Amino acid sequence: MIGRAVTVVLLLCVAVLFWYLATVGTQTELGSVSGHYVERGVVENRGSNLVTSVVVNYRGLDTLGEVTVLFLSVAGVAFVLRRRRRGEGDAGGTDRGPGAAAPASELVQTGARLLVGPMILYGVYIFVHGHLTPGGGFQGGAVVASAVLLLLLADRKRELPHGLMSWVESLSGFGFVVVGLLGLAVAGSFLANRGVLPLGTWNRLFSAGLIPVIYVLIGLKVGSELAALLDVMMRGGEQAAAVSHGDAGASTVRHESRVDRESRERGGSR
Amino acid sequence: MTQGTLYLASALILILIGLACALMRRNLLRMVLGFAIMDTGVHLLIATAGFLPGRTAPIIDDPSLLAGAGGRTAAADPSALLVAAERVVDPVPQALVLTAIVIGVGVTALMLAYVVRLFAREGTLDVSAFRRLKW
Amino acid sequence: MIWTDVLVCALMIAGAVVAVVVRSILSAVILVGVVSLMVAYLFLRMGAPDVAMTEASIGAALSTVIFLIALARTRGGA
Repeated sequence: MIGRAVTVVLLLCVAVLFWYLATVGTQTELGSVSGHYVERGVVENRGSNLVTSVVVNYRGLDTLGEVTVLFLSVAGVAFVLRRRRRGEGDAGGTDRGPGAAAPASELVQTGARLLVGPMILYGVYIFVHGHLTPGGGFQGGAVVASAVLLLLLADRKRELPHGLMSWVESLSGFGFVVVGLLGLAVAGSFLANRGVLPLGTWNRLFSAGLIPVIYVLIGLKVGSELAALLDVMMRGGEQAAAVSHGDAGASTVRHESRVDRESRERGGSR
Repeated sequence: MTQGTLYLASALILILIGLACALMRRNLLRMVLGFAIMDTGVHLLIATAGFLPGRTAPIIDDPSLLAGAGGRTAAADPSALLVAAERVVDPVPQALVLTAIVIGVGVTALMLAYVVRLFAREGTLDVSAFRRLKW
Repeated sequence: MIWTDVLVCALMIAGAVVAVVVRSILSAVILVGVVSLMVAYLFLRMGAPDVAMTEASIGAALSTVIFLIALARTRGGA
């Protein structure tokens, strides 16, 4: 490791650099690119939320890249936390599996049953209205993932439908690219907003062309992805192993969990 | 000290604190916490770069800004929108920070998955136990 | 610049400093979540409601939960 003195000197140099940066200050009026987006945003896109029109339409390719990076990181987590061989035991390093923890209290169970429906409805509302009010696909997806987390906390042995979630995620990502290709076919540039769907009247739900369609797809994809991430991190990847190995490995997975349960019982008497 | 300078200074201090935590602690989880604090500081810094004092959020929901031929149904009046350009904050850095926050949580989750695997391998979170990558 | 801005900035920096030096990792994780929430308030004050919602839902809630899951799976940091 680098010595403490070198670290402190490095941090002091960075602090001096930041001192000079702090005297620069912030800008005083909109630049030319931002000015164009603000002035033409409603005219070209007919949506009220300018940040949404920048994220989805003017910088739509960056959003496609971001969705790809999120997918890659969740796939990386599922790969890193998978089970390897029968003998190596739990990939998570804990003695007890997820089912051996104490069951959730009455408050959490009843509250989860009451709250999951309104939470998912609220998340869907946020990403459907992304072009009108503050919000959008990422925020709505995070709220939906929080609802799924509440379900997982209330009942630790609950099996999430991983097949359905992976289908929703893949089809949403695929739909995003298909929408971009539609823009290419109709209007001449990838992810273009002209000509495919009518722009409609301003400040209505069905307006702004392709922007609500893209945000619904992003919301579904981010929601199912973050829910799968939370499930994989809590369970240590045996669900991911069952999904990826299909029927051939399912019996192996079941046998592994029995072996682990026996070792857990033996180790629990310590 | 103006509002913009206050936000800028606190963002830079947050980046420094996160960097110090990531460099000077030996516990793997504390290193990841340092990176998370640094991420938050960088997001605050980028969002402050688009801040213009005295202006409001870039959401155009006032129909008086769009009064033109045909009202709400026709295309918005371009001259009325020049007024909006003097009243809203810069929307481009906000779009960048939106992307950065989502990617930040993905990268943090991947780092924590590695920490969990390393703990299962060695049984400790002290970084001096993982010397096999050093030359 | 109103007094709540100065108060929230001071709380944020104090929370970050304490998160670095405190002995228990659980307290450090909760304090990082608190810092994210303060930053969400600052985003709201500078006219960025989209960013504030994203930071509050993803940075303060989901990121803290992911840290707590990792903490539980490493037995509280041996």
